[in-house]
Amino acid sequence: MIHSLFLVNSSGDIFLEKHWKSVVSRSVCDYFFEAQERASEPENVPPVIPTPHHYLISVLRHRIYFVAVIQSEVPPLFVIEFLHRVVDTFQDYFGVCTEAAIKDNVVVVYELLEEMLDNGFPLATESNILKELIKPPTILRTVVNTITGSTNVGEQLPTGQLSVVPWRRTGVKYTNNEAYFDVVEEIDAIIDKSGSTITAEIQGVIDACVKLTGMPDLTLSFMNPRLLDDVSFHPCVRFKRWEAERILSFIPPDGNFRLLSYHVSSQNLHPLRSASLVAIPVYVKHNITFREGSSQGRFELTLGPKQTMGKGVEAVLVSSQLPRGVLNTNLNPTQGTYTFDPVTKLLSWDVGKINPQKLPSLKGSMSLQAGASKPDENPTINIQFKIQQSALSGLKVNRLDMYGEKYKPFKGIKYMTKAGKFQVRT
Amino acid sequence: LPPRTRTCSDLFLLSSRNDDLKEMLESNKDSLKLDAMKRIIALIAKGKNASELFPAVVKNVASKNIELKKLVYVYLVRYAEEQQDLALLSISTFQRALKDPNQLIRASALRVLSSIRVPIIVPIMMLAIKEAASDMSPYVRKTSAHAIQKLYSLDPDQKEHLIEVIDKLLKDKSTLVAGSVVMAFEEVCPDRIDLIHKNYRKLCNLLVDVEEWGQVVIISMLTRYARTQFTSPWREDGLFDENSETAFYESDEKKTENEDEKKSYMMDPDHRLLLRNTKPLLQSRNTAVVVSVAQLYWHLAPKHEVGVITKSLVRLLRSHREVQYIVLQNIATMSIQRKGMFEPYMKSFYVRSTDATHIKSLKLEILTSLANEANISTILREFQTYVKSQDKEFAAGTIQAIGRCATNISEVTDTCLQGLVLLLSNRDETVVAESVVVIKKLLQTQPTQHSDIIKHMAKLFDNIAVPMARASILWLMGEYCERVPQIAPDVLRKVAKSFTSEEDIVKLQTVNLAAKLYLTNSKQTKLLTQYILNLGKYDQNYDIRDRTRFIRQLIVPNEKSGALGKYARRILLAPKPAPVLESTYKDRDRYQLGTLSHTINTKASGYLELSDWPAVAPDQSVRNVEVIEPVRIHLYLYCPFPLTIQALHQGWPMSTQTFNTSSSEVESDEEKSSSQSSEESDKSSSQSEKSSSESDSEQKKKTTKKPPQKKTVKPTAKDRYHTIMKYTTLSNQPFFRSYLSSLGSRLHGFVPKKCLSRSLCFSLYTHPCPLSCAALLQVSGPAFVPEKSHDLLHRMTGKGLSAQYQFPRQPCLYQPSMVSVQISLTNTSDRPLEQIHIGDRSPTGLNMHCFNTIECLLPEASVTVSLGIDFNDSTQAANFQLCTKEDQFSVSIQPAVGELFLPITMTEQDFRQEQGKLSYSSATITMAAANTTSQPISRQVATVANLGVVPSGQDNIHRFAGKTASTGAVVLVTVELRGESTALITINTEKSVMGPMLLRDLKRALAQA
Repeated sequence: MIHSLFLVNSSGDIFLEKHWKSVVSRSVCDYFFEAQERASEPENVPPVIPTPHHYLISVLRHRIYFVAVIQSEVPPLFVIEFLHRVVDTFQDYFGVCTEAAIKDNVVVVYELLEEMLDNGFPLATESNILKELIKPPTILRTVVNTITGSTNVGEQLPTGQLSVVPWRRTGVKYTNNEAYFDVVEEIDAIIDKSGSTITAEIQGVIDACVKLTGMPDLTLSFMNPRLLDDVSFHPCVRFKRWEAERILSFIPPDGNFRLLSYHVSSQNLHPLRSASLVAIPVYVKHNITFREGSSQGRFELTLGPKQTMGKGVEAVLVSSQLPRGVLNTNLNPTQGTYTFDPVTKLLSWDVGKINPQKLPSLKGSMSLQAGASKPDENPTINIQFKIQQSALSGLKVNRLDMYGEKYKPFKGIKYMTKAGKFQVRT
Repeated sequence: LPPRTRTCSDLFLLSSRNDDLKEMLESNKDSLKLDAMKRIIALIAKGKNASELFPAVVKNVASKNIELKKLVYVYLVRYAEEQQDLALLSISTFQRALKDPNQLIRASALRVLSSIRVPIIVPIMMLAIKEAASDMSPYVRKTSAHAIQKLYSLDPDQKEHLIEVIDKLLKDKSTLVAGSVVMAFEEVCPDRIDLIHKNYRKLCNLLVDVEEWGQVVIISMLTRYARTQFTSPWREDGLFDENSETAFYESDEKKTENEDEKKSYMMDPDHRLLLRNTKPLLQSRNTAVVVSVAQLYWHLAPKHEVGVITKSLVRLLRSHREVQYIVLQNIATMSIQRKGMFEPYMKSFYVRSTDATHIKSLKLEILTSLANEANISTILREFQTYVKSQDKEFAAGTIQAIGRCATNISEVTDTCLQGLVLLLSNRDETVVAESVVVIKKLLQTQPTQHSDIIKHMAKLFDNIAVPMARASILWLMGEYCERVPQIAPDVLRKVAKSFTSEEDIVKLQTVNLAAKLYLTNSKQTKLLTQYILNLGKYDQNYDIRDRTRFIRQLIVPNEKSGALGKYARRILLAPKPAPVLESTYKDRDRYQLGTLSHTINTKASGYLELSDWPAVAPDQSVRNVEVIEPVRIHLYLYCPFPLTIQALHQGWPMSTQTFNTSSSEVESDEEKSSSQSSEESDKSSSQSEKSSSESDSEQKKKTTKKPPQKKTVKPTAKDRYHTIMKYTTLSNQPFFRSYLSSLGSRLHGFVPKKCLSRSLCFSLYTHPCPLSCAALLQVSGPAFVPEKSHDLLHRMTGKGLSAQYQFPRQPCLYQPSMVSVQISLTNTSDRPLEQIHIGDRSPTGLNMHCFNTIECLLPEASVTVSLGIDFNDSTQAANFQLCTKEDQFSVSIQPAVGELFLPITMTEQDFRQEQGKLSYSSATITMAAANTTSQPISRQVATVANLGVVPSGQDNIHRFAGKTASTGAVVLVTVELRGESTALITINTEKSVMGPMLLRDLKRALAQA
């Protein structure tokens, strides 16, 4: 299926290649470079590029293109999903997935890629299995290996490969048994000029960090499972049980993993309220004007909390792509710092925490190119924020129980709301 | 692009470095070698050529250091193709590793061996693949499935042999193998649908537990399969629903015929099975799995069921950019045919300023497809924002989308047109140009009322530079010149001035305009036309020269012009059909959704066409695989429970919920079972022999531990829970397991489908081999137990102790692989014998379960004890010493081959199926006169061998089935009567020694007078 893989950095150099079948010349990437040149932004490179003899399927992560070479029909998502899995694995192993990290660990990278695909078909993509085959590099292990002469490569077939719980290895041991669950919700919204909501959706995930000895069997139940409109599970979750009882029952993988992602439909949220809209936690007052014939524009922006259930809005970051005609800005923030890049025309304002008593604002003027006509469109404002200890949808975990092991684990559940793609049109 | 060539100094560096690497590789220290290999791998990763080091590297292929070895493998696979001769040096190492006891080493040896693309070793690869395909480890079998594809690409001539291996692996029941072998199937022989039939249901049922990547491959294969095997579920469902009721009440005769035809559609249960078993996978975290299920539903499900995929597809829009791209493409194709599916999710397709350009245009595409009378105003308002976008390419796309909405929904045509006209005053040229083009198309659909718009556009002509837009305006002028008689000649005048500097497309339209005006208004434009035609005559572009010549001949009357001149007006000013504005995704549905071909909209190499539904479904019975009912009960009633708990003990937890449900179900089933067992006890008087042995064994159980299946007591679920908890420790012991299996064999009943639930399957898989074998082949009670006993120790040689043994033909309680032997010991002397026990045995590895030491055997007393002996499926005698306090006697038990079997139940069909897989030996004999009817034959065969009778449809054929105790290999015996007294005995088994031996015994028994 997947013939070869090329890693290309942002300046267009191939810095790693791996072939699983016959070697494909790296000149095949020229088609990719062509497409890269045509694209105005790195994101605009089409994910699937046909060439006379091959097809190139690429993903862009951490400013590295992972270009897979395909020779015949294969579901493109199969390849895309796999490439993302490769990136996730690298991140898992090296902490970051950068060109430098990959170059430093090129042997481990090669060993990983060798295990992940056989003849182009995925062999082992489960991080638990891979970690038994190839141990992640740590300083301690490197030192130990040089002294004892042992290696990073496992000699036995990982227990997970053959088991029906491939995601968990056997013989896990911890002195402190703990299980943490983070319920993280992201709100995606488009707010129009007048402040009314065009669309708003909540997407949530439950990320878990489970460090439990042995083979624990966990169940997690919700106070209000009906909120969840559409869900996708880690393979460990027993689907039948969810269907029947709306309870998550699973044998967790060891370490960090994403247990569940869900979608809260806007209809389900407030069944009593007629307006079936998601509560929008912040509002923006804006006044951005360009006048015809004037080289000055006005810029005013004020943020305020709204429907936050008493929780503070933190880590607020405002960014906006100003029109090409804007030469520079002269703005005063009441709090935080702002930057404007005259080349990319990107304005970003790191607000920090919103104090409801003293609302943060950014006011001032923009200088425009003399003689240029007034821009057609006002810029869109993207906002990022976080609200700790609250899940916007109101989803609540009822209880977490453990079966199959005797000890008492430490359990913790954290809630957080974040802005996803939160855009305000002005 | 900068040429990526290596400079001279680079080469020099590389070669000097290589020297040092070579030394390192040839040193004695593993650490040095490892360092060298790591550097070499780094070179390969960078795409540098390291092939010169091949001889030095290949020497290390047999290294003990596993990391070093792995890196050498990587190197070898990379360069073996270039250095074929040297690569051959490594082959023997792999051949040796293929026999390694460590499955990981076997697997990786096969991986590397099959990855070396050297044609000479094809036969070796073939052999290795065949062997690995029947390896014990499913991981190795998986690797062999991968190797099939590699060998096929290296040497397509091996296809037939490889198909055999694929066929074998398709039958594999491991979830690990399923995905890989289907992949091999798709690559090597996708047209051999017949190989799938028998495995279809198994694949459907395993699907949930197969790893994600395998799921994708299997689902796409099953989609193709289903389209060839089932009839279409798409008989206009909607129509059916509407009509059904009226038809019923009216009892209209005209309609009944129609009705019958519609009602006659019944979905094949196998078709339903596929749909049902794939649905949960919509919840997978793997986006490729979700989309493959979505396409399966799209191509296979009845129209009203396709809706279930909507939510999941919309969910994927939150995923990575590349995923969004593919998902949106598929939605775009779907939304053209089925607007209703995605309309409720319209807002999910609203464009954000941060989206990539190709995502934006796909969203636009979908929004346009979703537009209808009800939502058009919302969509148009949204489009207004997009038109103002800074991304002008996107704005232009929006204008086209507005055009499409305007033509599709007549209510908004005017509004759209006005909106577009407003855009004509936009500052951005691309926006204006695109508007002109779209307006032109819209005007064509309803030209009557819009002369003011045409005038407005004529005014714009001076300011617009985009050729396509200029050409469009010129065309509009010409087409509707009669509606703007004042302006059109003026436009022609302007364009005549700039003719030479215009683009080709504008020139062509200028010539057109001139011709049309000449015909309608020759007074004003005659000279202008002449001028333009003259310019055109000498244009550089031959298209324009051609067109000019043609037009001149057509419109300017001269002596040479033929009959066409008369029709010039009708030719040029003919009413033209309005262009249809339609989606570029309109015809994409000819490709299977989710495929690469669908994405690139051309047929990718290796694309497998989805066939149309057959008009008549092919034979459904080809998929029938007889499931042996008792097996299921056996699994369900007894295994889940103790095994669950056992699993817990092995660190394999199950949820309490499983406990509760299964315990309640166990109870209900148990009531059934208890009633059955009481029935059994009623009958017991008639079946004295059998039930006595049964009650015997039960008795034994009671004395050791109380069995859970007590007839009279009906404990509550909770009690039972505790009782069974107590038994968990037992469940680890072999005898308990076989006890369970023997009990299971006697119970019959209904088993709900649920019993194959995921968790249960889990618990079964974790189980060691013997039980799963037992699970597959149901052991039944013996058909006949010969009373013949054999002398083990004569009283003379035994100094008063005499021993006789017989084979009770019961499954051994101690270990399923053992054969049970009953020994009756009698003291014929006049003093008590003390401490009778078993001493040394030979062969030393003999696996034997001894009886407990008999402390004292009084004179004239006798005692019966039972032994378990694992004969290892051979008739080799088991030698051991029978000891008393003072003496030791060497004795031996030599089993007849027939005693090494356990009878199994199977249906005739299964029997035939199994028969095909096994090698056979046969003989024709003359039967003794007494043996020509069925009773004696069964009797004789059952006497010789412990086999179960298989019900037979024909009178002259008698079938018997069993499996060997130790390895569980199937043994099938067929006795076919031919004529008066001849019979053909056929024995099918993979045991090449036991087969002929059994044949000999049977021949003797049946032929004897």
